Amino acid sequence: MRYSIINVLKQGLAGQKGWQAAWRDATPKPQYDVVIVGGGGHGLATAYYLAKLHGITNVAVLEKGWIGSGNTGRNTTIVRSNYLLPGNEPFYEHSLKLWEGMSRDLNFNVMFSQRGVLNLCHSDAQRDAYARRGNAMLMMGADAELLDADQVRRMVRGLDFQNPRFPITGGLLQRRGGTARHDAVAWGYARAASELGVDIIQNCEVTGFVRDDDRITAVETSRGRIAAGKVGLAVAGHSSLLAEMAGIRLPIESHVLQAFVSEGLKPWIDTVVTFGAGHFYISQSDKGGLVFGGDIDGYASYAQRGNLPVVEHVAAGAVALFPALGRVRLLRSWGGVMDMTPDGSPIIGKLPIGNLYMTGGWCYGGFKATPASGWCLAHTIANDAPHALNEAMSLERFARGRAIDERGAGPRPNLH
Amino acid sequence: MSQAFRLGSGGRIDRSASLRFRFDGQSFQGHPGDTLASALLANGVHLVGRSFKYHRPRGIMTAGSEEPNALVQLAPAKARTEPNVRATVVELKNGLVAESQNRWPSLGFDLGQLNDVLSPLFPAGFYYKTFMWPKAFWERVYEPRIRAIAGLGVAPAKPDPDRYLHRHAHCDVLVVGGGPAGIAAALEAGRSGKRVILVDEQAELGGGLLALPDAAVEGLDELAALPEVRVLTRTTCTGYYDHNYLVMLERVTDHLAEPDPDLPRQRLWRVRAGEVVLATGALERPLVFRGNDRPGVMLASAARAYVNRWAVRLGSRAVVFTNNDTAYAAAFDLHRAGIEVGCIVDVRPEPKGKLVAEARELGIRIRAGSVVTGTEGPLRVNQAVVAPLDQAGGIGGYLGTVEPCDLLLVSGGWNPNVGLFSQARGRLRFDDALAAFVTGDASLPREQRLRSVGGAAGDFSGFDAPPTPLLPIWAVPSDRRGKAFVDFQNDVTAKDLGLALTEGLRSIEHVKRFTTTGMGTDQGKTSNVNALAIVAETLAKPVAEVGTTTFRPPYVPVTFGALVGHSRGDLFDVERRTAMHDLAVARGAVFEDVGNWKRAWYFPKPGEDMHAAVVRETRQVREAGGILDASTLGKIDVQGRDARTFLNRVYTNAWSKLAPGMCRYGLMLRDDGMVYDDGVTACLDDRHFHMTTTTGGAPRVLAWLEDLLQTEWPELEVYLTSVTEQWATMAVNGPLAREILAPLVEDCDLAAEAFPHMAWRAARIAGVQGRIFRISFTGELAFEVNVPADQGAAVLAAILEVAEPRGVTLYGTETMHVLRAEKGFIIVGQETDGTTTPIDLGMDWIVAKKKGDFIGKRGLERPDLVAGDRKQLVGLLTKDQKTVLVEGAQVVATPTGRVPWPMLGHVTSAYASPNAGRPIALALVAGGHARHGQTLWVPMPGKRPIPVEITAPVFFDPENKRLHG
Amino acid sequence: MLLIPCPHCGPRAEVEFRCGGEAHVVRPAEPESASDEVWRDYLFVRKSPKGVHFERWNHAHGCQRWFNVARDTVSDEILAVYRMGEAPPEVGR
Repeated sequence: MRYSIINVLKQGLAGQKGWQAAWRDATPKPQYDVVIVGGGGHGLATAYYLAKLHGITNVAVLEKGWIGSGNTGRNTTIVRSNYLLPGNEPFYEHSLKLWEGMSRDLNFNVMFSQRGVLNLCHSDAQRDAYARRGNAMLMMGADAELLDADQVRRMVRGLDFQNPRFPITGGLLQRRGGTARHDAVAWGYARAASELGVDIIQNCEVTGFVRDDDRITAVETSRGRIAAGKVGLAVAGHSSLLAEMAGIRLPIESHVLQAFVSEGLKPWIDTVVTFGAGHFYISQSDKGGLVFGGDIDGYASYAQRGNLPVVEHVAAGAVALFPALGRVRLLRSWGGVMDMTPDGSPIIGKLPIGNLYMTGGWCYGGFKATPASGWCLAHTIANDAPHALNEAMSLERFARGRAIDERGAGPRPNLH
Repeated sequence: MSQAFRLGSGGRIDRSASLRFRFDGQSFQGHPGDTLASALLANGVHLVGRSFKYHRPRGIMTAGSEEPNALVQLAPAKARTEPNVRATVVELKNGLVAESQNRWPSLGFDLGQLNDVLSPLFPAGFYYKTFMWPKAFWERVYEPRIRAIAGLGVAPAKPDPDRYLHRHAHCDVLVVGGGPAGIAAALEAGRSGKRVILVDEQAELGGGLLALPDAAVEGLDELAALPEVRVLTRTTCTGYYDHNYLVMLERVTDHLAEPDPDLPRQRLWRVRAGEVVLATGALERPLVFRGNDRPGVMLASAARAYVNRWAVRLGSRAVVFTNNDTAYAAAFDLHRAGIEVGCIVDVRPEPKGKLVAEARELGIRIRAGSVVTGTEGPLRVNQAVVAPLDQAGGIGGYLGTVEPCDLLLVSGGWNPNVGLFSQARGRLRFDDALAAFVTGDASLPREQRLRSVGGAAGDFSGFDAPPTPLLPIWAVPSDRRGKAFVDFQNDVTAKDLGLALTEGLRSIEHVKRFTTTGMGTDQGKTSNVNALAIVAETLAKPVAEVGTTTFRPPYVPVTFGALVGHSRGDLFDVERRTAMHDLAVARGAVFEDVGNWKRAWYFPKPGEDMHAAVVRETRQVREAGGILDASTLGKIDVQGRDARTFLNRVYTNAWSKLAPGMCRYGLMLRDDGMVYDDGVTACLDDRHFHMTTTTGGAPRVLAWLEDLLQTEWPELEVYLTSVTEQWATMAVNGPLAREILAPLVEDCDLAAEAFPHMAWRAARIAGVQGRIFRISFTGELAFEVNVPADQGAAVLAAILEVAEPRGVTLYGTETMHVLRAEKGFIIVGQETDGTTTPIDLGMDWIVAKKKGDFIGKRGLERPDLVAGDRKQLVGLLTKDQKTVLVEGAQVVATPTGRVPWPMLGHVTSAYASPNAGRPIALALVAGGHARHGQTLWVPMPGKRPIPVEITAPVFFDPENKRLHG
Repeated sequence: MLLIPCPHCGPRAEVEFRCGGEAHVVRPAEPESASDEVWRDYLFVRKSPKGVHFERWNHAHGCQRWFNVARDTVSDEILAVYRMGEAPPEVGR
């Protein structure tokens, strides 16, 4: 049934009894043209675009647990395209444009809200770096505004402009950036893909790959062997484990990133504010909770839980920026497992096995990339060649020396 | 208003004293020992809040920190205001002001309640299905309305005036929970001489005992006498982290009307415990039936606490609804307190045993095999509808009989309080007899040494009325349409759970996320098990198969202030100042942050802005001279037999022949070939060097070099010591540099032949033994004077005394930047960004071809690093000779274009250059080395692109004549 | 908050340390003749096991010594600590 105000009203009178399952809970068929491993936003989006844009509908999405149970449902929901480098920015800008049309494209309100993403700066050097980034964004077709301290003051209340170490001198604003409802992205793509014939198979863990020379012929799963024409991996957080099953070693280390939410509050902050120098970012959800994030714990982990030092560091960042937050309470924390790459940028493309493809290596930033990641991986699978948008994000870049290093931190995955 | 609902006697309150407080503008009284909740109830106030979504009237459901309903705002509109405070844990104090939340215009008449009427249109997740057209309306119309209606309390608007402290502690045994089980565990450990910490979140020890009639808590005297036992009350253990590390929040002054200003508001304890004993008790569970959220509906255990501990006459006629024995004890307590118990509605068809017999003896009617199918009452419950269950567990169309009541006690069983166990990574197991999650098998990581005791371990033998036998009932059949709440705070009903399942959201995690059940400030303490069980029942699966809950820190919400402790304001981060800082302040310096350092940025004279000051300083340095405080540069003392070999490996150039008394500039790369740091290193003697680094890079360079020595080249005998703070460094630049220093310097000939460029000499300067390095970052004749840091200010003052009358000035980092840019000297971090090679910078000359391997050599040879399209360092001159470019501007090939407009590079440095007589800039431009003489363009937002000429990156004194004075 | 047994100082809290990533990554002995792929593996490719991980830690706010740790990346149990240059021990559960 189509989602619309009319149907919500009709169902309201009928006791909400007429809704159907948002997606078919499929059982695996013996063979698919394309098997996507990973039922998070990226995998589901890949399946959707394969069906919608490339006419490939004999597709299965295999999910170990329940869809969206990985990082799709464990992030701080920020969407932006404020990247510096030509290898990155056009991709993220394409992603942002897909976000702008997503709710209507999927007929599912993902609550994408362009409330702006503001990166604060605290020194002349940082302002120059933001100017460079903002100018690059404009040249590549995104929006960017460099704000002075007064403009920041008018936009965000409660900020401490006089912190002795981090006085706020301005910021880089992307008005089209914002937040979305993370679970809805998985559900919306699942529903739309399912309607186009994609099989979404939950509780189906991939345990191995069946190879024939240079090709994968089938995937072994907890629900049996499934033959596959092509296989796409969309399992960020666990990419290196899955690739290893196929005999491929990736330049990826898994790390835990924590996120936090406060108790619900009446509207308090409208924009997404990031305090890069203090490793901290904040926004407020529609439910009223302040949503925070910080830095990774710093050592490889699959624990989906974090440790105290980062909690305290994030809280310190919060209070340094917003001194009134001292009395607000932190309600809940959670951890997600990130694919950290040595240049901080993702890998989308072909792997060194003929019919195996991947999207992964998302570091902190996978949520915002969801639609374009799926879009590009679908294109790459359908054409057996990358789109211009993801050409630079190949695995080969590491051997050739064409890293996409936004932070310039070099080959240390825990520094990006 | 008097405390009309206070029982005549009993309770653990101090009746000799009265406390005044206000709630929603009305004045009330209570006693020391009261909580805000007990004091409100003693004044007959049951309606205390409105629910999150439907704005339904809500009362007080529990007597503890698991309270989902009674959230209030303390000290509204004040700097010390606090939102979402559970009235059940606020100790009453004189002058306390509280306000209800989430209602307009008033608690009794809330227009938001319209949502309740329209609720058939707003089931769980309705927002996913609508608000999509027109597109702009989501952000401009729908979402702002949703945000305004959502949320609970109001965040403070002013900086938090309170202080918070951290305490670190170690102990042999940490006991969490001060009920009888916890006290016994603490006594046992304490008697054997172990260091023990016992924490409890209440104001006094006793836990569940305090809710019993005539409670007597035993063992406290002995506990107090044990020397190694520390008891912390008002302290909640909120986090159980790895390796037996626990976090506890102590509320130090929240309960005091006039706290000692020297005390912190809260103290965050961080404890590494040898062993942890979890004696956290159990939490009673509500039942899910229509209208189970009305004020006056209360957990049976909470009612016991209010009657016994706080002597509150909760109502005049109570109905008790239970599926186990515990509620019987509550009924007896009410009965004894003179509150009529209309009946006990017991789900069990044939309840039996001691308690049941006692009820019969007391004349309390038991309606066995029955349920409460619904309640009525506008702002407080005024009747319960009771119906017998049929064989199928339904009510077979039976409408039920009305039981008038103003109090409805409920007990759906007890959940062992396993939150901390789960945080410690313990696995949970569903126990069918208790119908609850209990601690599972020994699945803990070995560093987590803990055990659970008492109720937390599912052992209810200490209860006067254990919750067994228990007959689970999850979704109670309803007499008519209406809402049966599972999650009270988030307004999630049993029907919402069903809707989620209908829509294919079958995993318990999907159900939770779709309905938001368990996501409130009580973190599902009262709702999770009911939600799971209802889902299991609907899917006809055992609960254990549907899933479990993972508890995450914190156990109860924790203030940011407590987490932050001292690390705020001035103490958020370290601020470093040089030895000459005060001298710069006295001369009016404006400072900038470089790393953690405060560096003098420029020295404005009266009436000068930054531009004017920098123009003057840059001229003065080249015409007469200038002095820069360069103390912030990192300084590393390198010693040992293999020091030269080490330098050869970490720098790109050769160090084998650098003679004692001489210096050399060096560039460090990472092993991927990218520029990492640079600086001048001096040879003190054959096995002793003085290395300098950039200001910002100093700590990481030292750490990296240590890493290499310890792990990559353990065979090298080299010792590194940071001496950054040992030396004060002042760079004396300009044509007068030698003349200025000469009168102050002893034991050192400054003449060019005796002291050539890139040499260093030991010397006395203004009577202080130090070192002078003849190195220049300005292209002028220059001497860098290093003296022990504590003498820095005195030496600089002596130099200025000679220098200033000669027109030589102190200058700041901005002028330093301009002067070096005029000479085309790079700054690591400005001309480089971690993706720049020495070749890109045109510094091939410093990359040794013959000396063998060094860090970065192989990295530089990767295919795409030798490609000609890389961005390379060039100079830019604006064609109009007037426009100063902006750092961070992009460079393009054509004067017009449309986005996406291909970028060739970007401006890294740009200044007005009085010495070059025109604006100058440095830029990284694709293939730039081959573009000298070309015209490119620099587009700026809203302006015409600026034409620029590509040049070599040197704008002043290209022959280096001035270096030699 | 991990409790890390520094082989030189004894058990200390995690905040005193810095993790240096995978241990036993060998810098090719003859970088000149190493292929691009070998150099890539040295620079970028890391093990990321779900389970026992051998990694380098530095007691940065203590003795400043580097050492190796065998840690379980799921449970965070520390299974062994050993000095630089030593071979990884046999550990497992």
